[in-house]
Amino acid sequence: MSSPLTAKDFASSQEIRWCPGCGDYAILKSVTKALADVGAEPDKTAFVSGIGCAARFPYYVNTYGFHTIHGRAPAIATGLKLANPELDVWVATGDGDALSIGGNHLIHTLRRNVGLKILLFNNEVYGLTKGQYSPTSRIGTRTPSSPDGSFDEPVSAGQLALGCGGRFFARAIDTDKTGLAHVLEQAHAFDGTALTEIYQNCIVYNKDVYASFTDRKTAAETQLHLRHGEPMLFGKDSEHGIAFDNERYALKIVDSSTAPDDVLIHDETNDVIARLLIALEAPVALGVIYRNPATAYETAFYAHHPTGMARRRSVADVIAGPNSWQVE
Amino acid sequence: MQTACTLCEVAHHIKSGKHARLHNANYVNLQALTQNPQLKSIVVRLAGDSGDGIQLMGSQFAVSTALSGRDFATFPDYPAEIRAPAGTTFGVSAYQINLGDDPITTPGDSPDVLVAFNPAALKVSLPMLHPGTLIIVNNDGFSARNLAKAGYETSPLDDDSLSEYSVVVADIGRLNLEAVAEFGLSKSDGGQCKNFWALGLLFWMFDRSLDSAIGWLDRRLKDAPSMRDANVAALRAGHAYGETSELSAVAKVRVGQAQLKPGRYRSITGSEAMALGIAAAGELADRQVLFCSYPITPSSPLLHRLAKLGEHGVGTFQAEDEIAAIGAAIGASYGGMIGATSSSGPGIALKTEALGLAVSAELPLLVVNWQRGGPSTGLPTKTEQSDLYQAIYGRNGDTPIPVLAAASAGDCFDTAIEATRIALRHMTPVILLADGYLSNAAEPWRIPELSDYAPIDSHAVDAGDGSDPQRLAFARDASSHGRPWVTPGMPDLVHRIGGLEKDLASGHISYDPDNHQAMTDLRRRKLESVADFIPDQTMEFGDDSGDIVLVGWGSTRGPLYQAARRTGTSFIHIRYLNPLPKNLGTLLSRFRSVVVAEMNDGQLSTVLRDKLGLQPTPLTKVTGQPFLISELMNAIEQERSKL
Repeated sequence: MSSPLTAKDFASSQEIRWCPGCGDYAILKSVTKALADVGAEPDKTAFVSGIGCAARFPYYVNTYGFHTIHGRAPAIATGLKLANPELDVWVATGDGDALSIGGNHLIHTLRRNVGLKILLFNNEVYGLTKGQYSPTSRIGTRTPSSPDGSFDEPVSAGQLALGCGGRFFARAIDTDKTGLAHVLEQAHAFDGTALTEIYQNCIVYNKDVYASFTDRKTAAETQLHLRHGEPMLFGKDSEHGIAFDNERYALKIVDSSTAPDDVLIHDETNDVIARLLIALEAPVALGVIYRNPATAYETAFYAHHPTGMARRRSVADVIAGPNSWQVE
Repeated sequence: MQTACTLCEVAHHIKSGKHARLHNANYVNLQALTQNPQLKSIVVRLAGDSGDGIQLMGSQFAVSTALSGRDFATFPDYPAEIRAPAGTTFGVSAYQINLGDDPITTPGDSPDVLVAFNPAALKVSLPMLHPGTLIIVNNDGFSARNLAKAGYETSPLDDDSLSEYSVVVADIGRLNLEAVAEFGLSKSDGGQCKNFWALGLLFWMFDRSLDSAIGWLDRRLKDAPSMRDANVAALRAGHAYGETSELSAVAKVRVGQAQLKPGRYRSITGSEAMALGIAAAGELADRQVLFCSYPITPSSPLLHRLAKLGEHGVGTFQAEDEIAAIGAAIGASYGGMIGATSSSGPGIALKTEALGLAVSAELPLLVVNWQRGGPSTGLPTKTEQSDLYQAIYGRNGDTPIPVLAAASAGDCFDTAIEATRIALRHMTPVILLADGYLSNAAEPWRIPELSDYAPIDSHAVDAGDGSDPQRLAFARDASSHGRPWVTPGMPDLVHRIGGLEKDLASGHISYDPDNHQAMTDLRRRKLESVADFIPDQTMEFGDDSGDIVLVGWGSTRGPLYQAARRTGTSFIHIRYLNPLPKNLGTLLSRFRSVVVAEMNDGQLSTVLRDKLGLQPTPLTKVTGQPFLISELMNAIEQERSKL
């Protein structure tokens, strides 16, 4: 047996054309490392993308790759997964690609639970078209197309995912190697649609939009790293905890030393708490926020198909239909 | 178009049809029906409310016609609404069938027998009739309320407005309810059986066995025995009514047996034939088929048919929208199955960008367009051929795609195989044009032997050879320009494809100016190379030179063939529309006048001007109704008089 593959084996020979300092570099590095760590095989892995900076991803990974059209990657990846369920199919997408022009495909991929690993690079801006506000831009975002600040409400990827029946939603920060590696590994192992939102720093058009919680110096206070079955603690000495506010039906922050019993234990399968965690602004919830497995679409597709897609009978057997007659 | 009738020199509008039919149609008159001669052919039209079960009645009559050994062609004509307001003229659902011993290629110009379930059905059918048409009227449908809804102030049954026809007034509603009374159904459920009562009467008139309809009821209503029994009772009651009534106008009709080529036959609609053809193409290529579609009229019947062909290696995926449908089909082709999708014009418009992707990525794909009246939502249930420009020209960039069209219901089978063959040989999407008429129309079809079809070759590979896989994936065949069909999962062939322009040889992204020119040339040559593999254009009828040649494509072959035959005019039917057969230009140049008949505003005329530099005479019709033989004959005579 040949020696195990390393991150290098998953890096393609293509010259990378992202802006210097782009968060995508860090994501690429984590993904190639994760592929090596989980023992992925390049021949049996495919990356499908739409349009946008994130959509260049397949060129830089040494696996099969298909750079398609704006927003449609989940649809094309669905066809690929149905044609060959043995493949590891990943979708690399951005906030514009997945949540704006391709929103419909994302919705239906999630509700069907197609076995796709969707990496959603969210930088709250359109990069490739030079900096217009995106569907995740916060109100007031000033861009060339919103000179006085945007005024439409942004969409939450996580709320959308749970709202349409998504079974796996995780979050990570581009430069957080540990956190990103963890969710990539979990996403890879999930049998169904695994949507991972990656906070990605667009250093040209939306620099430091996430600085309030990505700054390493204050990360302990601003980030809540979730692990299934473990208490929701944060702070340098885990001095804060997340508890349920029974009066407001909301989450609240408690002192973990004075109210240790109030601190919630993370249950990935609880969709009500997951929704509250997704909405939490300080701290920002990271890790696998929701995971509640169900039959993957491709599994159901083959199970419901009368022959599991095998050709059991010739068309010649049925071509005559129920009523035919002979002309002499 | 104003034109003079060549027989009586009366100027009239050819689309009004009625006058032309007096001279040209081989219609059956009153005497013919009452004196019981042997007829060559006869046209029957059934018309009623869209809730009256007209389409079912028509298709059951067609099945029995087929089993009785007659040739036939049908035309289901129904409104876009599922249940349009009862009694209105726009809610009329009709089913026309032409049957006989002559080669029948159209549903007939003018009905010889009309069954009208209500005043609205009578009213919309009257302009199609000729003197002597036998009209069987459901008297119970002619209530004051229904008369008013159809816009009649007095009942046409009570005045002399129907005097040129032979009218039989039967209490179909009441007689049917009496026949089904013993089964304890509600009045509404019982009333629903009246289409089978009327079918029984027709079966008696045409001397048909009741077996095929009873067999269908047995299968369809096996879980609703009382409904099954009631429908059988209604069928028998209608049949007995014919036997016992003494209505002089209703006699047994004798129609000659068709002189069909020996072989085994079945009745088939275009959507059935298309589904079987797509499944057969998969079998011939030894690949599974993933058919991805989004419901749209009149394309959906194909999805329904294919959903039942799972055992033949066919899978269906109902996507969330038209774009997802073609996207998933492209993904399936990328994954090694034959990706196929279908829609109608508006849906095809949505798929356009993805078609460009399939061209750029050099992936095979079958795209069926069941055309309907446009623009926009247009006439969803009416037929038209107005998506030819869309198919040939309608994309961004220089994006050539092969285009074929099916000529008849049965021909959908062959054309689906042929389109798939081109898609796999040239590694390209192929557009197959059909239309709403073909989707629903039925005809007898000589069942082909699958073994008579050559296997479909693809540029299959299964593993790398140690060379650069990116380069190997784009090492194209010299004659077809098809590239190897490399799919994810194959060892040592990892490569990347996409919609960005790529280097001609290495397949890597390239923005090089000369390379884009070379890639554009390649895509054009690839399309042109399709013509190296398709048969020469042949004459469908008549001499291969002369004064006039009638040219058509798609589902108009039937009426065009009859008009050509009856006027002794040469006729060319074009199946391969892009690219055109290599000899077509030479062939057409041997005629003084090229008359292009099509159900659009002159699109093939434009294409022939564009591709062959011809100046054809357009003969067009966009009423949502198929061509009448008579109007084509008049137009041909008109053209002849100008030469």
